[in-house]
Amino acid sequence: MRLRLLSVLVTVTLITACEFPPRKTTGVTDTVNNMSSNSGPLNVPALAGVPQGEFDSAVSQDRIFFDFDKYVVRPDAKLVLTRWVDWIKQHPQHLITLEGHADERGTREYNLALGEKRANAVKEFLVAQGVSPDQITTLSYGKERPAVTGAGETAWAQNRRTVAVVNMGSAL
Amino acid sequence: MHRLLITSMWILLFRTLGLATILVWGTQDTVTAKPALNVSRGYTRPMPIAITNLVGTSKIESQFGHSIANVISADLERSGFFRPILLTTSLQKIDSLKAMFSDMKAIKIQALLGGEINIGGKGDIQLKFFLWDVSSRKKLVQDVLFAPTEHWRRIAHVIADSIYVHITGEGSYFNTRVAYIAESGPLTHRIKRLAIMDQDGANHRYLSDGSWLVLTPRFSPRINEIVYMSYFRNVPQVYLLDLQKNQQNLLGSFPGMTFAPSFSPDNSKIIMSMTQRGNSDIYEMDLRTRNLRQLTHHPAIDTSPSYSADGLRITFNSDRSGTQQIYVMNKNGSDVQRISFGDGRYATSVWSPRGDLIAFTKFKSGRFYIGVMRPDGSGERQLAEGFLVESPTWAPNGQMLLFFREISPDAQGRGGSTRLYSVDLTGYNERLVATPQDASDPSWSPLLLQHP
Repeated sequence: MRLRLLSVLVTVTLITACEFPPRKTTGVTDTVNNMSSNSGPLNVPALAGVPQGEFDSAVSQDRIFFDFDKYVVRPDAKLVLTRWVDWIKQHPQHLITLEGHADERGTREYNLALGEKRANAVKEFLVAQGVSPDQITTLSYGKERPAVTGAGETAWAQNRRTVAVVNMGSAL
Repeated sequence: MHRLLITSMWILLFRTLGLATILVWGTQDTVTAKPALNVSRGYTRPMPIAITNLVGTSKIESQFGHSIANVISADLERSGFFRPILLTTSLQKIDSLKAMFSDMKAIKIQALLGGEINIGGKGDIQLKFFLWDVSSRKKLVQDVLFAPTEHWRRIAHVIADSIYVHITGEGSYFNTRVAYIAESGPLTHRIKRLAIMDQDGANHRYLSDGSWLVLTPRFSPRINEIVYMSYFRNVPQVYLLDLQKNQQNLLGSFPGMTFAPSFSPDNSKIIMSMTQRGNSDIYEMDLRTRNLRQLTHHPAIDTSPSYSADGLRITFNSDRSGTQQIYVMNKNGSDVQRISFGDGRYATSVWSPRGDLIAFTKFKSGRFYIGVMRPDGSGERQLAEGFLVESPTWAPNGQMLLFFREISPDAQGRGGSTRLYSVDLTGYNERLVATPQDASDPSWSPLLLQHP
């Protein structure tokens, strides 16, 4: 049962990785446009040459998932994170924002704190693998930006996540 | 419980947000009143009360008189303690209302509101009203109110407050406002705007345009400001909104995310959470000196702080025990004690303005609940429940709460809603609060009109 759930998760993960490539490119020059249109398109096709697109195709998955009310990096996420480490080290010119999210089964303020814990847990993992902490920022959205809607564990499991967003701006 | 009203003329500062208006209130009678209802005690059968239209000589006066009576009646009805019966009378008959007392008594009407309205040359309403105890045939209240016509709903709420106070013997809550978050758009990229309205949903106004995600507005005790969280320029921080100038000010520049803000009862401090290296602790900021002081030091999540009414204690929630639970501590962060020990997770604790209860959100076996407990953790009761209910906020009299309830949409995103509800301490009197769009994160203001 546990195995089956995991395989479903992996499948879902792969699908989402294909469906949601550069969801958002947050950069110094671009912040206003991005946030001022909360209703902007979600499924932007991957653009060759755009850092997020390069990151997504290189690492195959721009997000990792967490257990309910937990912020420990799961063993099944570590392979993906290792790929993130490689790419980030190879691209020191790019700043990465780690966006931490929670599912809707918690109160708003607690989930903001939990999202921050999830983003920070990934940051600590990356830094422990040799990524420069100056290249990473964290941002919690709590339960404010679910990836998918719907009531049920399948949806909630996809929303408990940390997403790596490659900024347009330069780290240098 | 007998109360004397002293004959006097009071000049009251009438704090309407954005407009300061002088309201003159004259109390002409010296009366004794015995509370007819004890609102603290369980479920009570609503008390029948006759509300007559406030009579005038001109057509416009009569229209205002009817409208004011309707607003008073709706306020009293929603409280759950009254069953208002609207009666139409006229200037000629107003003196003969007393003759109807026997008939009213026969149909169990216990109190009667009547009055006269005059609109002066400058467009100001002068309103005389009186409240009779039908059984004793005594006047409980006789007052005169003056206000510009555009504030006619305020007059109605002030009268409803007066009735509520004199009949229940408790504080009231009708002349109040509610700040909340108006929601629209798909849940995956929801648009959220600050909004403000009267307690009954009237005089609705948006305070932000939805460009940036905003969350958790809370009124200042002086009602002239709201503290809230905004993702302005993608940096989640706490902001203050000056309601008179409609001006947003960053509370301060902090190393981490600041969130979950609320005011101290004396208006001098903001208490909130701040993250450092991923961890959330509770901090207090002095609004005058802008000094920041850390109150909790724990690797677990500490958030949703709220002061007690006397400002001496703070309640917050933390997962330091392994799951979210409610704690109380002294205002300087000492003497931290866990008070929730029931099944489930407890969050968003808020201290009642009366000091006797703490309201909270609870999550247990897949359902959410709004409940109350005493500050020592005893006497836990559930008031409302749902797939998701959250964020209780107290009416200034500590007898009524607002919260929001979310109904989740299906996988195609259909059928969901997020709405505000009021509920009283019995849990029986739950009402939908009408808002133009979906609504969450309510904050109930103190009374707009305080007796000097």
